Amino acid sequence: MAINWFKYSAPTTFYGLAGKLVPWFAAPAAILFIIGLYIGFFVAPVDAVQGEAYRIIFIHVPASILSMFLYLIMAGYAALGLIFNTRLSSMMATALAPTGALFAFISLWTGALWGKPMWGAWWVWDARLTSELILLFLYFGFIALHASIDDPRRADRAAALLAIVGSVNVPIIYFSVKWWNTLHQGSTIKFTGTSMHVAMQQAMFVTLVACWMYAVAITLLRVRSIILERERNTQWVSELKEAGL
Amino acid sequence: MSIAEFLNMGGYAFYVWGSYGVTALVFIIEILMVKHKRKVALQQVCLMREAGE
Repeated sequence: MAINWFKYSAPTTFYGLAGKLVPWFAAPAAILFIIGLYIGFFVAPVDAVQGEAYRIIFIHVPASILSMFLYLIMAGYAALGLIFNTRLSSMMATALAPTGALFAFISLWTGALWGKPMWGAWWVWDARLTSELILLFLYFGFIALHASIDDPRRADRAAALLAIVGSVNVPIIYFSVKWWNTLHQGSTIKFTGTSMHVAMQQAMFVTLVACWMYAVAITLLRVRSIILERERNTQWVSELKEAGL
Repeated sequence: MSIAEFLNMGGYAFYVWGSYGVTALVFIIEILMVKHKRKVALQQVCLMREAGE
């Protein structure tokens, strides 16, 4: 059976699809958070060096990964919007930005609360921390630039350029612990294997999937409002039948 | 392990619960903001319809 995928690149059809998809991501996200944190707090053993403080890892690492991953997805959508002039891609980029910024904030916040007891400092100007802070500012820049231009299509194009140029920062964050001598530790999970206890790996993996599902659900919810706002002068919105309308 | 021991997190309670507490708060605020945005978007559409009639 051939599915016409291009059908869903139109805001009209995607609006309904997004609404149907939300519960399929939101419910698993909630369940996986509970399972992941249960494993993380009750199954995973105490760390030999860091004691109980290491348990911050189960939110710190997933939030950091998501903050970088969402940026690349956002820049990808923004680029699609710029190249093909597709409205929905630009709306998706706008919908992803706040969630990406929040994950970057969580990464920095939990990092500070982990750094204080382990390094003795809330913050150091280390390459990993500084480039993650720049990522947060890139999200802010994207949001602010988009909001500052009245014509939404022009705002899409200007913000897309910023997003694309800023994506250079993502590999810098990722490889910073290799390229420079950082106080931040290197990757614990490598392609060659890991020294981590299996329950710790499981907990981190489950909370990572939970964060990802949460991000998808909240972005789909947000993009529905953005579609309504930006398409409110169109025929299909004026004929839309839905709860609350 | 008692509940008090668990909550104490080996002396790191402030750091561990500070991390998870603020994360939960951020998620809750984001959900409320998205719900509010939806409400505003629906109101706008309703206003447009009333104006069109």
